[in-house]
Amino acid sequence: MATDNRQVDQPASLWTQLRTMAGRGPAPYVLILAYAAIVSALLLVNPTTGLGTDMVVVLFLLLMFVIYRAPTILAFKLTLGTILLAVVMPVFGVLNPFYIDVVTKAGMFAALALGLNVVVGFAGLLDLGYVAFFAVGAYLWGIFSTPQISNIVSGMEPLHGSWFWLFLAIGLAVGAFFGVLLGLPVLRLRGDYLAIVTLGLGEVIRVLATNLDRPINITNGAQGIKDIGRPPLFIEPVFQAFGITISQVQEYRLYFYFLVLLVLALTVFVVHRLNNSRIGRAWTAIREDETAAIAMGIPLVRMKLLAFAVGASFAGTMGVIFSALQTFINPPTFDLLRSIGILSMVILGGMGSIPGTILGAVIVTLLDLQLLPRIASELAALQRRGVPIPAWFDPAQYQRLLFGLLLIIMMIFRPEGLLPEDRRRQELHHDEPEPAPVSKTVKPAAESAQSAEG
Amino acid sequence: MALLEAKHITKQFGGLTAVNDVSLTVEAGSIVSVIGPNGAGKTTFFNVLTGIYKPTKGTIIFDGKDITGLRPDQITALGICRTFQNIRLFNAMTVLENVLVGMHTRLHAGLWQILFGTPSVRAEERASLERARELLRFVNLDHQRNQLARNLPYGDQRRLEIARALASSPKLILLDEPTAGMNPQETAEATNLIRRLRDELGITVVLIEHDMRVVMTISERITVLDYGTKIAEGLPEEIRSNPRVIEAYLGKGAAAHGVERVEG
Repeated sequence: MATDNRQVDQPASLWTQLRTMAGRGPAPYVLILAYAAIVSALLLVNPTTGLGTDMVVVLFLLLMFVIYRAPTILAFKLTLGTILLAVVMPVFGVLNPFYIDVVTKAGMFAALALGLNVVVGFAGLLDLGYVAFFAVGAYLWGIFSTPQISNIVSGMEPLHGSWFWLFLAIGLAVGAFFGVLLGLPVLRLRGDYLAIVTLGLGEVIRVLATNLDRPINITNGAQGIKDIGRPPLFIEPVFQAFGITISQVQEYRLYFYFLVLLVLALTVFVVHRLNNSRIGRAWTAIREDETAAIAMGIPLVRMKLLAFAVGASFAGTMGVIFSALQTFINPPTFDLLRSIGILSMVILGGMGSIPGTILGAVIVTLLDLQLLPRIASELAALQRRGVPIPAWFDPAQYQRLLFGLLLIIMMIFRPEGLLPEDRRRQELHHDEPEPAPVSKTVKPAAESAQSAEG
Repeated sequence: MALLEAKHITKQFGGLTAVNDVSLTVEAGSIVSVIGPNGAGKTTFFNVLTGIYKPTKGTIIFDGKDITGLRPDQITALGICRTFQNIRLFNAMTVLENVLVGMHTRLHAGLWQILFGTPSVRAEERASLERARELLRFVNLDHQRNQLARNLPYGDQRRLEIARALASSPKLILLDEPTAGMNPQETAEATNLIRRLRDELGITVVLIEHDMRVVMTISERITVLDYGTKIAEGLPEEIRSNPRVIEAYLGKGAAAHGVERVEG
């Protein structure tokens, strides 16, 4: 291909030389294995909570993306990824509960962001009320697994935890139903108007959750629902077989970790399949030019509602998991800021891109739950030791500011996101020379360039 | 046999009558032009035929079925497809993907089949890729198939629009100014392509066109609109010398002074 020649003609920078060297023969395998071994060892040898471990956890998650992008065979990627996520992380989680909670949350938000990505990234429908579907799922399980249910159906006992499994599926269906329900009134709207109306509809759900405590107490209003049921555990025998005794709390932690990982994997699978089908192409066409799309025979109403339903269904399921994980939910959890947060994950990672969205979710969650609070506590420790830091300065208070700055910087220097969808990168940088032609049906640009050089 | 019969079509936007009682009959296998000065209501008429606008009055019979008031996607599924005056490609999609989108109504994979990746879906995808490349070869764009549509030169974009419209396997194709903005050589190629649509693929063609050389060489019948009303209809030679048409294009004086030919 002609574009490859252009790359060869350019004087190779040190970085490209390094990349080429690391991308040849057995080198990537050795490098990645060494990286994985070092990070795993660091995690398992010193599982204390602190700034050092924070950094190692970040390196661990970064490793996932290095594996994803590495020029190695798929089987190697899958095996190593599975070992790291299914063995190293859980063992570390047993040793130190803090981080696995963060990773679980990150996984949960990644699935939510992927759902929103279907609506915003694929179909181009800017939805600012997405958290509503998450709320619907959470309240669904919250009501049915607590005495709240007896207020609605008199005499009905709270459902036993084992119903949780079924409710994962019901949450999916109810989420999809609400997706269609809130999608119907906004079908004719585009762009800014759509954003405003979805924002309003999202708030309606939250306000309903706050006010549906009378005349019949359905949601328990602003107090929220507590003591939400959890599924019965069954993985204990596995640990006993290895002679490990763990507490129920630890076991639940692992349980939810694996559950979230499983749902996330399923979400990735579904979203990927849809994106590479006639449905995904129809969504992209609608995003690009609605009028041309209908003229080409795409049923606009059905495709838009499908996007809303698919996006909302993941949120519904994740809501069920979230309420069981937290055992407590209240309306402020599902406010506008949460919708914006999920949207910023999609934007940060790269709209329309599946790996980008996951990366965005992981980064935002880490910043929110781990890194910014950690910096705050480290500064507080310095302050106690007499370092003159003004008392009013508390980085935890500036989380939103820092986050906003990060997004602004992103929009200036990399508006397409960290790991953009190939076509969107070209869309935003179409004045620059392109690396190589792209398509869903051809190899990614990086790969073909490497094969031309190597 | 008439493939398309538009009877007494009127389209009003509030107080403005954009198309006024226009009838058009298109025989299967013919090439028909709709011409007229700017603002004559040609594109509005196309939008009514393809379901983007619903006619205020009138009926449209296509292939023996009444399609008045159907949605655009239903009309496309029945076999009418179109191109746009100002090219409307899916810019951020590749050339190949643009054609695949055009195939939407001819593919049948449902949500669950796609999720489970059934053999039928995979076979359908393979077949549709094959068909898309065939269409791209037909308009001579196969070598560009992995380019983004936005990066194609203008003439190629026009041809891609035609390929995308062909992907829906239409019986009737409506071309809205297919040679607008082209140089003489490109215009000649486009004219040739339009003829091949009918001769090789057996598709009936209706085109809106301003270039009179194109109109006069390829149309079998011509309909002339002015201010939303049909002012003439007939063979190219008849239209060429019709005083009302000359008047519409060049003004009353020109018609009176015996200008005989309308040239683009």
